[in-house]
Amino acid sequence: MSAALGALVLLPALSGTGLLVAGRRADRAAGPLAVAVTGAGAALSAWVAGTRPRLSVPFLGVIEGGDLRLVVDGLSAVLVVLVAGIALLVTVFALADLPADAARGRFFGYLLLFVAAMLATVTAATLPALLLAWEVMGATSYALIGFRWEEPGKLAAGTRAFVTTRAGDLGLYVAGGAALAATGSLVLADLAGADGGWAHLAAAGVLVAALGKSAQLPFSAWLSAAMQGPSPVSALLHSATMVAAGGYLLIRMQPLLAATGWAATAAAWAGALTALVLGAVALAQSHLKQLLAASTAAQIGFVVLAAGVGATAGGTAQLVAHAAVKAGLFVAAGAWLTALGTRNLADLRGAARRYPGIGAAATVAALALAGVPPLSLWATKDEVLAGVDGRALTVVGLAAAALSAAYAGRILAVVLARPTGDEAFDDEEPGTRRVPALTTVVAGVLAVFAAGLGVLALPAVAEQLKAVLGAEGQPSPGLGELLSSGALALAVLGLTIAVVSTRPAVLQQLSRGPLGSWAGLGRLLSPRPAMALARALATVDDRVVDRAVMGVAAGARRLAASASQADDRVLDGAVSAVASATRGAAAGAARMDAGVVDGAVRGTARAFRRAGSAARRPQTGLLHQYYAQAVVGLGVLLVLLLVVR
Amino acid sequence: MLLTVVIFLPVVIAGVLLAARGLGARAAIGLWVAASAVDLALVGWMWWRFEPGEGASGVVDGLAYEADLQWIPTVDAGYHVGVDGLSLPLLALTGVLFLACAIYSLREPDRPRTYAALFLFLQTACLGTFASLDLILFFVFFDLTIVGMYFVIAGWGHGNARRSALKFFLYTFIGSLALLVGFIGLFLGSDERTFDMVALAANPPLADSPVAGGLVLLAIGLGLAVKTPLFPFHTWLPDAHTDAPAAGSAVLAGILLKLGTYGFVRIAMPILPEAWQRWAMVAVVVGVISVLWGAFVALAQTDVKRMIAYTSVNHMGYVLLGLGAAGLVASADEGARTVATVGAMYQMVSHGLLTGALFLLSGVLWSRGHTYAFDRWGGLARPAPVFAGCLALAAFGSLGLPGFSGFIAEFQIFTGALQATPVATVIAVVGILVTAGLFLVALQRLLTGDPVDPVVPAEADADGTGERPAPDRTDGHTVTATRPEVSARVVDLRGHEVASIVPLLVLALVLGLLPRIVLDVLEPAAMAVVELVAR
Repeated sequence: MSAALGALVLLPALSGTGLLVAGRRADRAAGPLAVAVTGAGAALSAWVAGTRPRLSVPFLGVIEGGDLRLVVDGLSAVLVVLVAGIALLVTVFALADLPADAARGRFFGYLLLFVAAMLATVTAATLPALLLAWEVMGATSYALIGFRWEEPGKLAAGTRAFVTTRAGDLGLYVAGGAALAATGSLVLADLAGADGGWAHLAAAGVLVAALGKSAQLPFSAWLSAAMQGPSPVSALLHSATMVAAGGYLLIRMQPLLAATGWAATAAAWAGALTALVLGAVALAQSHLKQLLAASTAAQIGFVVLAAGVGATAGGTAQLVAHAAVKAGLFVAAGAWLTALGTRNLADLRGAARRYPGIGAAATVAALALAGVPPLSLWATKDEVLAGVDGRALTVVGLAAAALSAAYAGRILAVVLARPTGDEAFDDEEPGTRRVPALTTVVAGVLAVFAAGLGVLALPAVAEQLKAVLGAEGQPSPGLGELLSSGALALAVLGLTIAVVSTRPAVLQQLSRGPLGSWAGLGRLLSPRPAMALARALATVDDRVVDRAVMGVAAGARRLAASASQADDRVLDGAVSAVASATRGAAAGAARMDAGVVDGAVRGTARAFRRAGSAARRPQTGLLHQYYAQAVVGLGVLLVLLLVVR
Repeated sequence: MLLTVVIFLPVVIAGVLLAARGLGARAAIGLWVAASAVDLALVGWMWWRFEPGEGASGVVDGLAYEADLQWIPTVDAGYHVGVDGLSLPLLALTGVLFLACAIYSLREPDRPRTYAALFLFLQTACLGTFASLDLILFFVFFDLTIVGMYFVIAGWGHGNARRSALKFFLYTFIGSLALLVGFIGLFLGSDERTFDMVALAANPPLADSPVAGGLVLLAIGLGLAVKTPLFPFHTWLPDAHTDAPAAGSAVLAGILLKLGTYGFVRIAMPILPEAWQRWAMVAVVVGVISVLWGAFVALAQTDVKRMIAYTSVNHMGYVLLGLGAAGLVASADEGARTVATVGAMYQMVSHGLLTGALFLLSGVLWSRGHTYAFDRWGGLARPAPVFAGCLALAAFGSLGLPGFSGFIAEFQIFTGALQATPVATVIAVVGILVTAGLFLVALQRLLTGDPVDPVVPAEADADGTGERPAPDRTDGHTVTATRPEVSARVVDLRGHEVASIVPLLVLALVLGLLPRIVLDVLEPAAMAVVELVAR
């Protein structure tokens, strides 16, 4: 059971990695291998949709929900089958469409990795698993959009796509922290029951991430750049995957959005306004792929609107139907680009007539896109609008639906017209002038689904879908609503075809206006403010922070210099002064020594000498003098005796 | 004993290399590679035998391979080394990165014997710092790394190598003096009068004197902030990196910066829990400023190596954010704080691998064209596809793409820190957007476009906005003239370069997809740190 789920993700992931490591050596085997792997994936997806397995691989620890957990519930079952099916068809298309000398190993390697990431995204049950798959999908989309990196601007388009979607992804990082704070776990299902401030933060994060990935306002412009990628990439990224992931996430997290209140309203309005504005942008495009890109954002807008108003079943149905329709149209656009070398609408005049097989398929898909009954998007769009209450939102939704009929009409009016013969081909690349049978088959299969999913208009079928999704009780459109919206679509479609055929100048004027250049949305994503800030900070870093440190060092050096000076002048001077003072003192001492001490000694000696010579005087050797001296001495003794007594 | 062998084996071999004067160049580097490989194998064996334990374990208990010898008994400083869940991943990272540098340097032409000996000496110093359980021992090893790196930059660097080396040495050395002052403060504040980290963490000093505790934390924090480096003490980093040889840069960014962040986890947090809690918000703010400052300044660089250097400031900022959040005990529950700490620890390992790979790749640029300037390179994907693939992988890993180790780290840091400090975390998250932009623009400039001769100054793309549609390069006369010459000049990765860079990237991928390998060891230790901080 869970092995099948693991294989569903790991099989494309591992074979894709293998192809990437092998590089150009795998070019020949890459295509068939990719078809085999996606074919097995489609079979596995059907199986897991039936058995609903779950799978958990240990990843992060400490807290609940840190594991990589994949769970297939009703919503996941629908999306797994959708993603695997579209992946198979697009891989077959790529096999036929890629030029013979393309680096197929690299292309199919990234394609398989991308598919694995998308499959993991729609089954992820914990935030680490979701974020892992979500961002790997973004990175592989970068590689796929920039597949022909040799050509100027292609990789830049990939960079723009990745950086823009990553700006949204920041929301998921914040949502992760908020989920942990609110519920103590990273399990997605737990988040639905969160409340309080953290729940609001988590809802905001989820909303931003989804809007970024789904190219909703204000992030829409990356989708325009992403059209630089090869046609199969556009067919995959802008139908069932990548842009669909945002819509899917909002449907999955609908209870959280509803719990906060404002987030649901914000999602509803973001979706409705995107459907309206990008619908108008689509109508104004003069390149087929650009038109389809803008219409993708607009159609996914209905999914986001559905998630906002709580019509999850309608949103899921819209997601599925749009995937089939848009994949078919991108396959047709790619086939024409390869065959005729142009994607300029004016030059694609009569393209459907030149290649009737693919032309028929594209016509069916475009009619479905217009919302013509009884085709798929007619049914699903009404399913979404049935859930909308509030007049303003309904009016915006209906207007957006009318716009989709208008831009689909613009395609149909051009490609079904009779070729005039003055179309300019090969402005993009040299055309092959043929559409491979395989491509026609793929487009045909997609057209069958684009038309056939109209059965969702039948209440019984719609109820069954709701049962699968666990969305019983959500409102379905009544017969009157279905009929009136069908009539609206037909009327607008007819009007558009009439205008394009009779007054082509009207639309050309529209294309030259601001809507033709995506209403300036690209400017919102300009890196210029960030670059300016970066340069300013780098200047501060060099001139202030580093200069301060060097200043401190220089200051220390100056301090050292003045210390050295002080050392020379004061300390050394003091020492020298002490030395000379000592010398002076010593000299003084020496003088004293010579004068006083020595003098005293000599004086004493002199005195003794004098005393000696004085003592020699009485010793004359004359006896009479001795007698006289004795008498004097005795006399003195006598006097002394008398006096003392 | 095993740990001591692991630490000192490289320096013994270094001594042998220095003594053997007659040894040939290839033999010397061969001996270096062999020594590093054996050392890594021993670390691997230690990892294999290591019991991470259940629940919180590490820092004060659960230490393995312990050795404790008396060294300076009068101040109770000893040779105390050991391994727990904090140090083991970093010891392994050291082993891996030094082996990669050894293999990368297989063809080093300039004094290879001394070069090898110097790196082996550095390896011992790094291993010793991570294994130290004694403050004085830690300080000695910490300073020896500075000395070793000074000689690597001054002796084998290019450009203004001597000046950069001196700046590096003086700046980090002065930082380490602040660290020493802090250590002495811990010694004086402790009841037992010891430098032993385990004893200090078990019975934290200065618990009841907030002012002294804060001052000691300030001294330690300053010392570690210079090493990490954190804003505004980071300006030695770009100069040192730009002028260092590739292997030196890889070690400097991959290992030496981790000494700073490791010091926070090993010393500042468990030993000064009360002060860390009080000042955690400062760590958070400094971390967030480093995150944004590093990212934006990196975005503006016109030189590959300076750009990578500034992204290091950005990545280390996340670590501080996580560790700061771990100290905000009152505002977040224990689970969230543990997640943030685990993320911060994981970031150290992840950044070591990815930045190591990026610096070795920038060394390839230098060896081919002797310049790191963006405007001297272009169109490299055509002549050097393997280089282009490796650079793209390393760039995506470094910008935190899930599937690489960086995501495990950054996701946990953000997730864990948000509850503790929501505003700071939401601001910091913007960092991963800026790094995404700067790495993709760098890839675009280096790999695509017209090949530019790195030696002759060309007009090419210095506008830096990254969105050059460049539809018609009509002035491409000189460019087309140089194209064949350049294609012949720029040689793709050679065998030893592949053998050193690819394993680092593979390891980053493995740790990104199977993080349990490291988390099983790391999580108990992070729990222990969080519990110790919450005291």
